[in-house]
Amino acid sequence: MNMKKQKLIRLTLSYLVIFAMSVIIIYPLLWVVGASFNPGQSLSSSTIIPKNATLAHYKEIFDPEQSDYLKWYWNSLKISTLTMIFSVILISLTAYSFSRYRFLGRKSGLMTFLILQMVPNFAALIAIYVLATLTKLIDTHLGLILVYVGGQIPMNTWLMKGYLDTIPKELDESAKIDGAGHLRIFFQIIMPLAKPIIAVVALFTFIAPFGDFILASVLLRSKEKYTLAVGLYDMVAKQFGSEFTTFAAGSVLIAVPIAILFLSFQKYFVSGLTAGGTKG
Amino acid sequence: METIYQSNHRKIAAVLSVIPGFGQLYNRQYVKGILFFILAASFFVIFGDLLDIGLWGIVTLGTQVPRDHSIFLLVQGILSLIVIVFGLGFFAFNLYDAYKNGQKRDLGLRLNTLREQYRTLVDSGFPYLMISPGFILLVFVVIFPIIFVVLLAFTNYDLYHSPPAKLVDWVGFQNFVELVNLDLWRKTFINVLAWTIVWTFGATTLQIALGIFLAILVNQKDLKGKAIIRTIFILPWAVPAFVSILIFSGMFNESFGVINKTILAAFGIDSIPWMTDPFWTKVALILIQSWIGFPFIFTMTTGVLQAIPDELYEAATVDGATAWQKFTKITLPLVLYAVAPILITQYTFNFNNFNIIYLFNSGGPAVSGQNAGATDILISWIYRLTMTSAQYSKAAAITLLLSLFVMTVALWQFRKTKSFKEEDMM
Repeated sequence: MNMKKQKLIRLTLSYLVIFAMSVIIIYPLLWVVGASFNPGQSLSSSTIIPKNATLAHYKEIFDPEQSDYLKWYWNSLKISTLTMIFSVILISLTAYSFSRYRFLGRKSGLMTFLILQMVPNFAALIAIYVLATLTKLIDTHLGLILVYVGGQIPMNTWLMKGYLDTIPKELDESAKIDGAGHLRIFFQIIMPLAKPIIAVVALFTFIAPFGDFILASVLLRSKEKYTLAVGLYDMVAKQFGSEFTTFAAGSVLIAVPIAILFLSFQKYFVSGLTAGGTKG
Repeated sequence: METIYQSNHRKIAAVLSVIPGFGQLYNRQYVKGILFFILAASFFVIFGDLLDIGLWGIVTLGTQVPRDHSIFLLVQGILSLIVIVFGLGFFAFNLYDAYKNGQKRDLGLRLNTLREQYRTLVDSGFPYLMISPGFILLVFVVIFPIIFVVLLAFTNYDLYHSPPAKLVDWVGFQNFVELVNLDLWRKTFINVLAWTIVWTFGATTLQIALGIFLAILVNQKDLKGKAIIRTIFILPWAVPAFVSILIFSGMFNESFGVINKTILAAFGIDSIPWMTDPFWTKVALILIQSWIGFPFIFTMTTGVLQAIPDELYEAATVDGATAWQKFTKITLPLVLYAVAPILITQYTFNFNNFNIIYLFNSGGPAVSGQNAGATDILISWIYRLTMTSAQYSKAAAITLLLSLFVMTVALWQFRKTKSFKEEDMM
């Protein structure tokens, strides 16, 4: 009887904690959804379920004349996608060489990458800012993409090299004996086998620019070139509160698709992270 | 046993190669020799001016206003240094090549024909060819900025020494000395560093503890609805962090935020100055980071827990272990062992977690007597110095300190991991 009672108490307490946590997690999310339907620009009269729900804020951000939101959305997608494509290409080439060839400078190259991945490249933001100004790459998406791609290389090269090292060398050696050239081995043998890690690297290199604020805010000056992170911050910070409901609509439109994507790919994402080992 | 050479071709070839190509010509590799010589000559023709201006510029940083732009000169100087490193690399290879082929002749071996030379060039050059695009980009957008910051830390580049109107000068360790000696800087530096450390340990430890605790809680065998609970608990991770932070900065807002207006009011608690009081801003930041950060740890721990075999617990039960003993002797050690490497990256991540500090309250509230906000961590202080007060050289000095610090911690950590010691890692 005592055992049963103990179990009951334990489970009740557990459910209570879980319920409280769930409320803490869900409440902010519901609140912002509610705010996005709230009439008017200010939040003083806002409730989670607005009395006169309106789609006005969604209409506003979809209207190019009233808001740059759609441009920011497009910019973010464009920058993240391009960063992803270039990073994956460069990282595959570099990781493959480091994994399969023994050449002069290989060891010091790997060591350099190891040290570089420890210091985030935005730490050198003064230099990036000054250099971008000098090279006229400031306020261009090209400059931003270059900085993102460069910053992604060291860590992801290590990640991918680790995976390529596990693909047996006998495979490419036998292909070499059969007369396959360097490029052929790379494209037709190694890359197809490396698909899982390519997916992980692609995901990382897409997410990082999407969520980045510091570099984008240093490099981008004009409003129509902003990415979502900079644009939304601008919307909130300018006159705090006066545009909050519009901001809420904007963030719902980012959070919902990404959350759905994330939850459906969650399994692969998590296994990739644990396989890759270190990076959080 | 020492090899006995019949002749001295290797030494002569190496000495002759001081002028690139001549050693190869001596070895009767005419095409290669001419190619090397042309390469070396064009190096000086193409980069001559840059090296001339760059080396002069990096030493003097300019002597006349408005003719000389110190920062341009510094950039050209770094470029020259990089070019020189590549040039030296080529030069060393040229010496090595002449010596090696000379040695072959000394031993009476046949040298490679032109066709064979071409083949080995393609074969041994292939990895370099593949690395070069990534490496060149890395040099310009990562390594170049790092060298630039390191050098900038030893100049007086700020609002008052700003080209083209003024020149920038080398000042040695003055920036570092001022960080320690000038009251304003010392006070700010100590405060920012202290909060950075408190923040890193406080926020990270809380999010880790919460994640592990909840994972163990949800993993209880007789608990129903695990799937739905886990989905809910992962939601904060699924929403982009910058969106969550901005939402929270609205919720914590003192004039319209729901936390003061609705939640605290419902419990009859007075409004709390979340944005204007340093203490409460810090509390809010740590709470928010726990909200954002725990799902990651939660997910990792859940994975580990599911991999622990049931037999372990059954055996413990047979031996008469209590639930608490099972927890402290089996569950916790296994979990901590498995997630330890991830935990350390969590600490370094929060150490540089610029987004939450800046997006929540821009590092504020402002504090009198120091030039950083009350919640500024090192990285956001650097941002503030660069973007709002143009204190470039001080920002560079702080960046240098921050990088050294991070690198020391990371290297110390890496040395302890197994993979670092493995032979074939390199």
